[in-house]
Amino acid sequence: MRDGEDVGHYGGSYKVTKGLATKYGDLRVLDTPIAENSFTGMGIGAAMTGLRPIVEGMNMGFLLLAYNQISNNCGMLHYTSGGQFKIPIVIRGPGGVGRQLGAEHSQRLESYFQSIPGLQMRQPVVLFEHVLLYNLKERIPDEEYVLCLEEAEMVRPGEHVTILTYSRMRYHVMQAAKTLVNKGYDPEVIDIRSLKPFDLYTIGNSIKKTHRVLIVEECMRTGGIGASLRAAIIDNFWDYLDAPVMCLSSQDVPTPYAGTLEEWTVVQPAQIVTAVEQICK
Amino acid sequence: MAMLSRLASRSSHLGRTLLLPRSLCCSTGGRHFASSAGDEGPTFTVETSVPFVGHRCEPPSREVETTAKELMGFFRDMSLMRRMEIAADALYKAKLIRGFCHLYDGQEAVAVGMEAAITRKDAIITAYRDHCIFLSRGGNLVETFAELMGRRAGCSNGKGGSMHFYKKEGGFFGGHGIVGAQVPLGCGLAFAQKYLREETVTFAMYGDGAANQGQLFEALNISALWDLPAILICENNHYGMGTAEWRAAKSPAYYKRGDYVPGLKVDGMDAFAVKQACKFAKEHALKNGPIILEMDTYRYHGHSMSDPGSTYRTRDEISNVRQERDPIERVRKLILLHDLASVAELKDIEKEIRKEVDNAIAEAKESPLPDPSELFTDIFVKGCGTEVYGVERKENKILI
Repeated sequence: MRDGEDVGHYGGSYKVTKGLATKYGDLRVLDTPIAENSFTGMGIGAAMTGLRPIVEGMNMGFLLLAYNQISNNCGMLHYTSGGQFKIPIVIRGPGGVGRQLGAEHSQRLESYFQSIPGLQMRQPVVLFEHVLLYNLKERIPDEEYVLCLEEAEMVRPGEHVTILTYSRMRYHVMQAAKTLVNKGYDPEVIDIRSLKPFDLYTIGNSIKKTHRVLIVEECMRTGGIGASLRAAIIDNFWDYLDAPVMCLSSQDVPTPYAGTLEEWTVVQPAQIVTAVEQICK
Repeated sequence: MAMLSRLASRSSHLGRTLLLPRSLCCSTGGRHFASSAGDEGPTFTVETSVPFVGHRCEPPSREVETTAKELMGFFRDMSLMRRMEIAADALYKAKLIRGFCHLYDGQEAVAVGMEAAITRKDAIITAYRDHCIFLSRGGNLVETFAELMGRRAGCSNGKGGSMHFYKKEGGFFGGHGIVGAQVPLGCGLAFAQKYLREETVTFAMYGDGAANQGQLFEALNISALWDLPAILICENNHYGMGTAEWRAAKSPAYYKRGDYVPGLKVDGMDAFAVKQACKFAKEHALKNGPIILEMDTYRYHGHSMSDPGSTYRTRDEISNVRQERDPIERVRKLILLHDLASVAELKDIEKEIRKEVDNAIAEAKESPLPDPSELFTDIFVKGCGTEVYGVERKENKILI
């Protein structure tokens, strides 16, 4: 059961749900009015009875309007009801800096949701997708496969430095990796995927091997995902570090409209290359 | 018999329709609210205090069918609720209940009237003034008091508190602290009922204060669009915390606020009016989608235990309502009028209830507080079996 604005007949504003309405019908793919607070609340109410809704925000920024429902009800109901109600809901939505969409449509809200107690990568689940990644084409295996959402993905094994990243920044990192390899470095790139909990097993094994960490994120520097990841690494793997943990994040500014300015708010591959060179000195 | 004449002058209709039973079986047994068939006692018709007022719908009749058992049940259940809330007041002042405590005394008729019209398969969701609804949905006194005092035997294991009572098997979905947030949840419950073709309805309750929340109208719009079996109950006790309704709402006719959604104005201090309205609403919602019921009710206590309740309203007003419209007194008069019990017998029931409540409090006090370490590591006595963690799974993982 999916509900959100224009997910049905329109196929979703990024065509994610294209074809679903025709296949599953109007009761399972629901076009809602522009009322994020209430349709998120309704999704949670339906989940309380055991249905498994997927709520799609047209843009992650719009889900700020539903923040009360997500934080107070979605995250906490299982706990405050003493375990009586499970909330098997998935809330997903595109976010991140796109192509000059302006400040309010370029939000990176992962960290706002990260600190909600009770919200995690099991139920309920909040999925952050990046607007620009929808256009990437990749081969998907034909058979059904199940990905474990909690595990980090080893994108490129290496020996010199561990680069931890997620979402769109992964692609910037891989671009930087090409340059780095040409310069003689061997970075290990891990897409952490799960923002809560962190897959400290995979991350830890990597740090034990390379002893150097660089975090590359699109989130804001202040209170971003990188901040809590850094804390986790220092708490757990201090003894294995040969250099300070570096973190490259977006600038703490609303995203400007002008193309060049927008580019400078997020981390670019050149900056990643410089950072790796600095760490490995 | 001064009582009879007073009642007779209020409404001559009663004289025509009542049947005076000679003997009766006065069922005082059981603290359960579910009524069972058989041994109901004589049936008779009661007239509601005032007629219903409809908005975009034909209001139901003022004549309500009832039985001796139901009438006695109303008296017992409402007295139990009243006694429980007053006991909670004392416990709060003794600092055994902390934090927020919102009491329902005065509004009992809404809880019992609604329950009389529906089944446990129908869902109810309300805000933080939830102790009595919890009882009417099958909760018991011990788990109520234990939860209020934060003990393990509480219905939410002591982790919810006054504002977070839930009873899944009784169709009671809480218990919510944020004003108005429960209404979209309620519409979601109604969606699930329609999706699963259950032929049941959801009662989403809120107050006159919450009636101005935007998410309410959002949810109502969606419910009307999709024909969901959602019944919105506005418990209008005329004060949103300290703000009177005329200061908060341009249009305090809450039953009309649904605009295209039909509504009904009900005397919320009359349990039979509530029962009739809820029955009507259930039939309507299953066929035609959402409907709003405005229950004109009153709370004797302030908004919560931190509010004396007298800075924004006069003591005269409170005592007037107590004298003229108290729901328990109304039912008591009906019982005496129909000769179902004597004054002494009713007093006995009240004494018995008092003892029941006192016993429950004593039992709840025996239940231990959750151990502090349990917040971070341990499995609870009857664990929920699920894990909650922060970003570092090893460091802060809680099994609740």
